[in-house]
Amino acid sequence: MNPDLINFIYLLSAILFILGIKGLTKPKTAVRGNMLSALGMLVAVVVTLITINDVDFTYVIAGMIVGGVIGGVMALKVQMTSMPQMVALLNGFGGGASLTIALAEYATRVGMAPSSLAGFLEPVAVSSGAFGDGLVGTIAILSIGLTVLIGAVTLTGSLVAFGKLQELIKKSRGLPGGPVGNGLLLAGALVSVYLLVNNPGDVAVMVAILAIALLLGLFLVMPIGGADMPVVIALLNSYSGIAAALAGFILGNTVLIVAGSLVGTSGLILTKIMCVAMNRSLANVLFGKMAAGGEEIDADEIYAGKVTSAQPDEVAMMLETAQRVVIVPGFGMAMAQAQHAVRELADAMEKNGTEVEYGIHPVAGRMPGHMNVLLAEAEVPYDKLVEMDRINPTFEDTDVVIVIGANDVTNPMARDSEGSPIYGMPILNVDKAKNVVVIKRSLSPGFAGLPNPLFAMDHTIMVYGDGKKAVVEMTTALNQA
Amino acid sequence: MEILILLLALFVLALFLGVELITKVPPTLHTPLMSGTNAVSGITLVGALLAAGTDSSPALVNWLGFTAVTLATINVVGGYLVTNRMLAMFKRK
Repeated sequence: MNPDLINFIYLLSAILFILGIKGLTKPKTAVRGNMLSALGMLVAVVVTLITINDVDFTYVIAGMIVGGVIGGVMALKVQMTSMPQMVALLNGFGGGASLTIALAEYATRVGMAPSSLAGFLEPVAVSSGAFGDGLVGTIAILSIGLTVLIGAVTLTGSLVAFGKLQELIKKSRGLPGGPVGNGLLLAGALVSVYLLVNNPGDVAVMVAILAIALLLGLFLVMPIGGADMPVVIALLNSYSGIAAALAGFILGNTVLIVAGSLVGTSGLILTKIMCVAMNRSLANVLFGKMAAGGEEIDADEIYAGKVTSAQPDEVAMMLETAQRVVIVPGFGMAMAQAQHAVRELADAMEKNGTEVEYGIHPVAGRMPGHMNVLLAEAEVPYDKLVEMDRINPTFEDTDVVIVIGANDVTNPMARDSEGSPIYGMPILNVDKAKNVVVIKRSLSPGFAGLPNPLFAMDHTIMVYGDGKKAVVEMTTALNQA
Repeated sequence: MEILILLLALFVLALFLGVELITKVPPTLHTPLMSGTNAVSGITLVGALLAAGTDSSPALVNWLGFTAVTLATINVVGGYLVTNRMLAMFKRK
């Protein structure tokens, strides 16, 4: 096929991707946007398949079948509570795909056909035109090196993130030396890329880049956990896009560059939103310890004798007379799979004439938008899901706030106590409401490791126990009243 | 050389376009945005097809190409399907 025509069709699919993401700016147009984006992908893939018509299709077809089955099963079987894991895996596969493309392209251009493992590491004599002449050649081999680096970091980093979210990896140990160790690894990788650019035929250097980058991804994500996961997932999302764009530079392929850049910026913007919502810098999330620098706070001093608890049916009596109720969900709701029970409670209250809304903190859950998806699954209409800046002014006119499975994002110390490690983090001002009900297993601290003075306030009632069970009991009591 | 500058221009413009587009996506849709962009990053399938389809290449390249095609296809198929599944749940009352 005429290369100009091919590039024109790639342009069409790039336009479809852009329209697709534009569709995602409104829930109403989102489904159509996703379809447009998928159409763009179909067009690009079909055109590419036509252009490579005179080659061995065995590997191509096998890969598409295997990948299609795995992807399809994953997408249809995954539970909404496990979406962070799914996205972590997809980030990793995206990075892995770019990585293997770069390696394949490298092996093709240096004409590698190793006969043995030892022969594999021997430098190959590269003809000067293998990567293109002059600057073009330099950029080509530089793109290959950087794609391998970023792709490999994305691959292992995402696999670790998946392991942590799935609770396969429980330890949070990093490299000895922490940030310094990671910095040395990164420096080593960059020096190797430089060496590769100077001597493209040195296969051992390529292997070194690969090995260092795989380790770097591992150690970068290993020490990070819990409530910091949204940042990590968003960042790895960005890396997978950047790797795709770089792969586009290797192949001189326009649609890879456009699509990769869009994904790269998307991940970066989400990373920034998550960091702002925690009032922390990216460096602090990646390398810092959250509680470092804060004074020790004695939990007993805050809680002693001041915490009131109640049974679910007592809460139901309170809900019965409430005019306006706001539900604040957190990761605990996902853990307890309580989203459907929460919606049933909201239904019971609305039948009673109570206005019910949901207050969603940007970092609630384990990835951006996690709570929204769970509640959408439970058929909560999306216009009831109110973001932090819009729900905060309404708490003063709210009779009851029900906090379920959230902790740090409601901690008034972030607003009032200047010495606190979380001081400055934007929170949901639930303590401004007339009554607060906190459903929680115990008074144990959240991810920040801090006591929450909200629990000891006069207008706060603790309901101890399993989130789902407590909510179901409230609903039953409310329906009987 | 001229092609390189063109590609670079495309890259930079796409970054700016990305910023303009993505900042308009509401927080409610951030999870579908991530899985949707995962699917878009499966565009590496195009590159993977070119790599896997290279004729008369050593077996190493074929296997790398196969891996790339598999991983990218997982992203494309899995990403679009799961995004569609999620978006179908977002309804107004």
